[in-house]
Parts: sequence; structure tokens; C-alpha cells
Amino acid sequence: MAIEVRIPTILRTYTGGEKAVHGEGASLTALIDDLEAHHPGIKDRLIDDGDLRRFVNVYINDEDVRFIGGLEAPLSDGDQVVVLPAVAGG
Amino acid sequence: MLTIDRATYDAIVAHAKRDHPDEACGVVAGPEGSDRPERLVEMVNAAGSPTFYEFDSTDLFQLYKEMDARDEEPVVVYHSHTATEAYPSRTDVGLASEPNAHYVLVSTRDCFTDDGNNDGPVEFRSYRIVDGEVTEEEVAVVDALPRTSQPA
Repeated sequence: MAIEVRIPTILRTYTGGEKAVHGEGASLTALIDDLEAHHPGIKDRLIDDGDLRRFVNVYINDEDVRFIGGLEAPLSDGDQVVVLPAVAGG
Repeated sequence: MLTIDRATYDAIVAHAKRDHPDEACGVVAGPEGSDRPERLVEMVNAAGSPTFYEFDSTDLFQLYKEMDARDEEPVVVYHSHTATEAYPSRTDVGLASEPNAHYVLVSTRDCFTDDGNNDGPVEFRSYRIVDGEVTEEEVAVVDALPRTSQPA
């Protein structure tokens, strides 16, 4: 078992065009490190200065991780993680 | 070029006027790869601001989940500028994350006249924003989108 991670269009350059990849980790931060090991460069697009980037949203099983512990949010096998860039501007 | 039907165009303009002086925002979804803006989804500007817009994170998730289930993508991503021209700001360019979308900018700065009417001119322009590069494109407003050869 593993964790499915849905990748937005803009980050598919790191996943060889794949819309979804699988990773492992007991927390979001561990999962992101695991993703980075297989898709180098992706971590920097998600994390800035040790925190989730302001305009990147990550959801675990439909919940915005900002409400469930941020990078420390726990993960279990079979969870689904969705990454969506914010739709925002000035 | 962006080809959009009159009813959707009018609805985007009406949304921008209704939310003025705050920025209005939304998407027009369409079948993946079709380049057909078919389904208007007005979004709430969670920033509630005259100078910034942002889809609420929960609304954003629901929107993408729904589009995913329907094999759709955001063909148009629109928002309004209420005091400046309909051209992408530096922030707009920095945060643009849909390289396949038409980014529509509507400006309502001239549409509210001194006599209290809102029937002044509205600017409606469209752009591609890819890797920080902005390219303006023509907008064709049609009575109805051309029929597709495949059933919709």
C-alpha cells in the first residue's frame, strides 16, 4: 500500500507528465521528502523556508492540511493527497 | 484566440459589475483538451478585496474534484480589475498556474458613471500566461460555440 498523490498540471514536469504518483511517509513532510527522492525539484515547489508555500494548497482525504497540522499532518497507507496551486492574483 | 459564447461573456461581465469594487473571479470549465469554455462557475473571492482575489481553498478543492469527475479542465480563468486596466498584474503572472488556460481580465474601472449607472464601458481581454510570459490573444464572441463532432 502507498499514498496516492494527485499532481497539478503545472508540476507534472517533475513527474514525467503523470497526473498521479505514489509515495510513502508517516507525515506530509516525510511524504514530500519521499516524492523529492523520486521527482527531484518538486519539494522546492511545495515548500519555502521550511513551510508549505503560501499559494500551494495540499489536501489529505479532502481536508486542507492547514487545518490538520500542516506539514506535520499524519498520513496512513491508502490516504489520498491532492496538490492544487491557489487560483489567486491581484 | 479565445472563442466564447455571448451568454457566458455577458455573465462574466455581470459578475464583475456585481462584485465591484471588489475583484470578481471564476472559471469556465470545458471538456479536457477541447478548448471549449462551456460551464461557467462563479467563485467567491475569499480575499474580498479591490486589489486581490483568491479562491477559497475548500471551494477550490470542490471545483477541481468536480471537474475531474466530469473530465473537464479550466478553459478560462477570469478575474476583474476594478481600478486598473484589464492587463495581468505582476502578481497575476507570478501566480498563474494553468498553462493551458485562457486568463481573462475584465476591468470595471470605467463602467460606473457619475450619474450612478453602471453601463459604462467594460474591458474584456484574454491572455496566455506561461512561464511568466504574457501573450494577449484575440477574443471572438459568438452566439453559440460551434457544434462538436462528438456528442457532448
